[in-house]
Amino acid sequence: MADEMKIGAYICNGCGIGERLDSSQLEMTATRDGKAAVCQQHDFLCSEAGVKMIQDDIDNEGVNHVVLAACSRRAKTEAFNFDNVTLSRANLREGVIWVRPDEDDQRETTQEMADDYIRMACAESKYMKIPEASGQQSVNKNILIAGGGVAGMTAALEASKAGYPCTIVEKSGELGGATAKLYKKIPTSAPYADPEDNGVDAMVAAVEADSNITVCLNSTLTNTAGAPGRFAADISTESGSTETKDFGAIVQASGFTEYDANQLPEFAYGKNKDVVTQMELEALAKEADGGAIKRPSDGKEVQSVLFIQCAGQRSKKEGHLEHCSGYCCSASIKQAMYFKDQNADVDTTVLFSDLRTPGAGGENFYRSGQKKGVIFTKGIASEVVDGANPTVKFKDLILDEDVDLEVDMVVLATGMVPNAGQPSRAELTDQDNEDIAAEKAGEEKEIRIDVESILNLDYRQGKDVPHMDNGFADSHFICFPYETQRTGIYTAGPVRRPMDTQQAMDDAMGAAMKAIAAAENAGLGKAAHPRVADLSFPTFRAEGCTQCKRCTVECPFGAINETDDGYPEFNESRCRRCGTCMGACPVRVISFENYSIDTVGQQLKAVDIPDEFDEKPRILVLACENDAYPALDMAAQNKLEYSAFTRIIPVRCLGSVSLSWITDSMNSGYDGIILMGCPSGDDYQCHFVKGSLMAQERMSKVGDTLESLSLEKERVQTYEISITDIHKVPKIINEMVDTIEQIGMSPFKF
Amino acid sequence: MATKEYSFYPGCSSQDGASSSNYLKSVQSMCDVLDVKLNVIPDWNCCSASIGYCGGGELPRLALSARNIALSEQHNTGQDIVATCAACWLATKETQERLDDDAGLMDETNQALAEAGLNLKNDSKIRHMVEVLIEDIGYEEMGKHVKKPLDGIKIAGYVGCQTNRPFGIEGESFENPKYLDKFIETMGAEPVENYDKKVSCCGGALAFSEPEKSQALIKDIIEAAYDGGADMIVTPCPVCQMNVEVYQDKINAQYGTKFHIPVTYYSTLMSVAYGKNGKEAGLDGQIIKAKQLEAIASK
Amino acid sequence: MSDLNTGMVEKYRNNFLKEVEANVEEGDWVKMCMQCGVCSGSCPLGTDWDHPPQELFMMIRAGKREEVLQSTSMWMCTSCYNCIVRCPRELPITHIMHGLAHYATRLGIEPKGQPTRQFAQLFWDNLAKNGRVNELWLGVNLYFMNGLVEGVKVALGMAGIGLGMLKAGRLSLKELVGGHTVKDKKGFKAMIKKAQELEAARVDNAQ
Repeated sequence: MADEMKIGAYICNGCGIGERLDSSQLEMTATRDGKAAVCQQHDFLCSEAGVKMIQDDIDNEGVNHVVLAACSRRAKTEAFNFDNVTLSRANLREGVIWVRPDEDDQRETTQEMADDYIRMACAESKYMKIPEASGQQSVNKNILIAGGGVAGMTAALEASKAGYPCTIVEKSGELGGATAKLYKKIPTSAPYADPEDNGVDAMVAAVEADSNITVCLNSTLTNTAGAPGRFAADISTESGSTETKDFGAIVQASGFTEYDANQLPEFAYGKNKDVVTQMELEALAKEADGGAIKRPSDGKEVQSVLFIQCAGQRSKKEGHLEHCSGYCCSASIKQAMYFKDQNADVDTTVLFSDLRTPGAGGENFYRSGQKKGVIFTKGIASEVVDGANPTVKFKDLILDEDVDLEVDMVVLATGMVPNAGQPSRAELTDQDNEDIAAEKAGEEKEIRIDVESILNLDYRQGKDVPHMDNGFADSHFICFPYETQRTGIYTAGPVRRPMDTQQAMDDAMGAAMKAIAAAENAGLGKAAHPRVADLSFPTFRAEGCTQCKRCTVECPFGAINETDDGYPEFNESRCRRCGTCMGACPVRVISFENYSIDTVGQQLKAVDIPDEFDEKPRILVLACENDAYPALDMAAQNKLEYSAFTRIIPVRCLGSVSLSWITDSMNSGYDGIILMGCPSGDDYQCHFVKGSLMAQERMSKVGDTLESLSLEKERVQTYEISITDIHKVPKIINEMVDTIEQIGMSPFKF
Repeated sequence: MATKEYSFYPGCSSQDGASSSNYLKSVQSMCDVLDVKLNVIPDWNCCSASIGYCGGGELPRLALSARNIALSEQHNTGQDIVATCAACWLATKETQERLDDDAGLMDETNQALAEAGLNLKNDSKIRHMVEVLIEDIGYEEMGKHVKKPLDGIKIAGYVGCQTNRPFGIEGESFENPKYLDKFIETMGAEPVENYDKKVSCCGGALAFSEPEKSQALIKDIIEAAYDGGADMIVTPCPVCQMNVEVYQDKINAQYGTKFHIPVTYYSTLMSVAYGKNGKEAGLDGQIIKAKQLEAIASK
Repeated sequence: MSDLNTGMVEKYRNNFLKEVEANVEEGDWVKMCMQCGVCSGSCPLGTDWDHPPQELFMMIRAGKREEVLQSTSMWMCTSCYNCIVRCPRELPITHIMHGLAHYATRLGIEPKGQPTRQFAQLFWDNLAKNGRVNELWLGVNLYFMNGLVEGVKVALGMAGIGLGMLKAGRLSLKELVGGHTVKDKKGFKAMIKKAQELEAARVDNAQ
């Protein structure tokens, strides 16, 4: 039964659709043009009765391709949830009646709009297949955790609690990471007034007592191959033995390294022993263990100490860190308390330019420091003069004066450098790439990348997860925390962004949950974020492939390897289903079962193009389903009008847009084409990282194609649209109509 | 409605022949209509306002207000203390709060009060007359007594500082309190919307010691009222009233302005609207005559 | 310098913050300032202060004792309370300003010629005498505080205002002799004296 395609079209007359549109005309369009075998109307399609009507046809009439002519595909998704059929939706509500005025002289063009959307939905339906899981793998519940600090241990404990066995691979000889080196930590609970025990011993004990957690100390990952659900990791010990284990997903909690204070000669670091970093002060405090802290040079009990905040960070100076490490202000408050709590007469000064204490208790902790008598001075240090006692030269920004302050000891708050491994291929410099090529060619060439890889991924795109701003490993700081640009690998703790102990623990919980979901989804062949549970995956026709490698290069997620003979090798579970590979393929051999060159290409061809003298232009809008399409829906909800000549097709990502769609629509006589994708660049909003960027690059070359057809380049426009651009989208469309009016109708109408 | 009784702290400026004696006059007329009885605290003393701090330390200043509260507790037992002057209200309320928070200061204050044969329990409610009107009388009741609506007068409601900060009126914002505008509306007049200088400082006591600086502040307050189309300014504070009214000639001489705008109290407005004559409403106390109010009062 | 001042310098050495915390009204709030500057920006006479409140707090922490106590800044406070209601840290800034001014006066190192300092002292003396303020004498004393010649000039300048007030019945020549007073003047004065003694003992103890 499933072999024979049978389209059932269902037209809703609710929400005003029935009053505004001629539904018998729509029905005729669906059966005559759309070739729907079954067509029914309902006054309230998303009601129980309406849904039952459709389900009955699926069960009894053999309908396996469902076309709904009702509201937006983003609405009523729970009601319209049918198994084992394809689903296409003609958006008559948000796409037609809500964006057009209810006036007699508009009725004709409004009806034409609706008829076209039904033709388009039917055309799409014809070319869709019911996606099925590839069966490439089964569920592997084992979670690999790179790093045994508090983030790694928390991830392991949380995953274990949920029933997922974990393996912690820790490079050093003991668990605990940076937190274990702290005398105390920033408080994590109300009243957030005093430093807290670092809590590492209890956590290590819990990890060791957990039979579900395997700990590999003195170990590194020397090779990580595979994909979510079937990662194969080589765990090598210092002594040289290697064991290969299989994992479903990976949490990377590789932490940070304290910024190298030797790069701050102006603060006499390395020259004056009493100038120390925050981590070095932790060691001194541990040694004192509640007694008076003694300074390194002569063992004198410290009577006065000054903390220089932002030492070598938040600075654009060569060799400095540009970012704010976020935890160091609170850390200095905590360390000042080490002194004050032991002896209130010790002078403690925190020299800050902006005091930042993020987190729920940050402000309370700051106040607590003030109450304990820590002096906070707003100023910027220029120099530490070496001497028996170091002298800090600073500019007091409130009193606007230069101050020389002699103290027993100076502490530098130097900040975090993420242990994020090597840059990915895309991040390498030309020189790096030349070196790699030379090495591959067998030349003796020293590779300049001196950073050790953490994961040693066997991916053609690089050994570690790609880095974002300032070298932190994340994919998007705001929208998709923990999601790296490698599916199934989640970062947690300071490798992802600067943070303190508590934040790293919270982070680890989130990453563990993501890892569990990735392992489960991979086992079922379902996509991870953002097309969660999508079963379709890209396949290609080998006979057409020219081995051009564009798909492997442009995939934002490193999902495509190359076989030895140069063909793409899809790792379905690494894939996020964005279709960037499909958009990249010049010979159109890549497709998904339910999203392909044809599902879109046939839609745009199904639109009725009136001839030149009808004065009815046609504007095609290809809108990203993540931001632009919702923005269009919301514009409709706000009853913002746009031209009745518009035909909108949602796409998974602008990166999936094939140039063939553009040339096909031009050849079919469309007058203008608008592409709407997410903002790209440093603050990109693209849900697939660089899809919209790729699209823009490709579209920049469309001008030549248009010229070869003797068409004006104004006919194709690409826009960056955020989900909030509700008022902008109708304006863009209407401006295109004005442009067409100026430059004239397309000559390609037949 | 039954007569409402309060223990009343009039303050120095309300005394006979003092700078806000006209305020007291209008308050009495207003209370007469609203059936409010004010029982003056016998032998009350100055609160030292907010300028006594040079000679007076914390404890002597607290003792001043504590004496008034103690006298009220003794003679007007159980009654809320009501002040019409912003500084009196503020100093008294502040004293109550500070002594409530600090047992040591409370103890020392009572030692000082003992010298005058008094003792403080510190459990009276300290209120501004404006609070009595809003909370105990209510806008609706206030409106019911209007006999001569103040039609056609546009008024800038100048709240000033100390009636507004740091305590203010329950439910009102510090940056844009609305009650004075509502008073104006209730009396049938039109408030200036978005009066820019509604809660700006007139210089307070510094009008005496720093006249140029204060007059610059006052100039802005009057200018904003004119900008809003105001015929007159109304205020709940004696210092505000005096500062904004009496320096207009000096400001005109200094800045070349032509200010001549009457400044009255809310109680003046209410007395006139309630049908009292000019004298009862304290209009004879105006240095810049409130001619529109006079016209209504004499009708 | 007064003995009290010398004593305080001796006691607190260079820890002026501690001195302020122990001796100035609401002084223990000074350390809680987070230097945002909202107070300075909210002050109606902000531009007339040599050191706005935020800066005074920083100077106290930096141990600038003489500069703070001899400053005219806190005498610029109009007691409008804008800083208090806007301070995100809820410092009672107005009270701290009054407290600093009073403490400087107590130590005898306040800026003596500062007009507000003179007026504030007159006000206190005026009320302490009879228990209630005598506005006429307050005015007369104010105009003549810088000597007779200066006083006549100022008084003439203000004559228009005084005349207006007289005509409106809001200034009374009766106040020249007698005038308003509390009845229990004896008890009132004893109370003030006791309060002053108790406070002085506290400060002396601190010394």
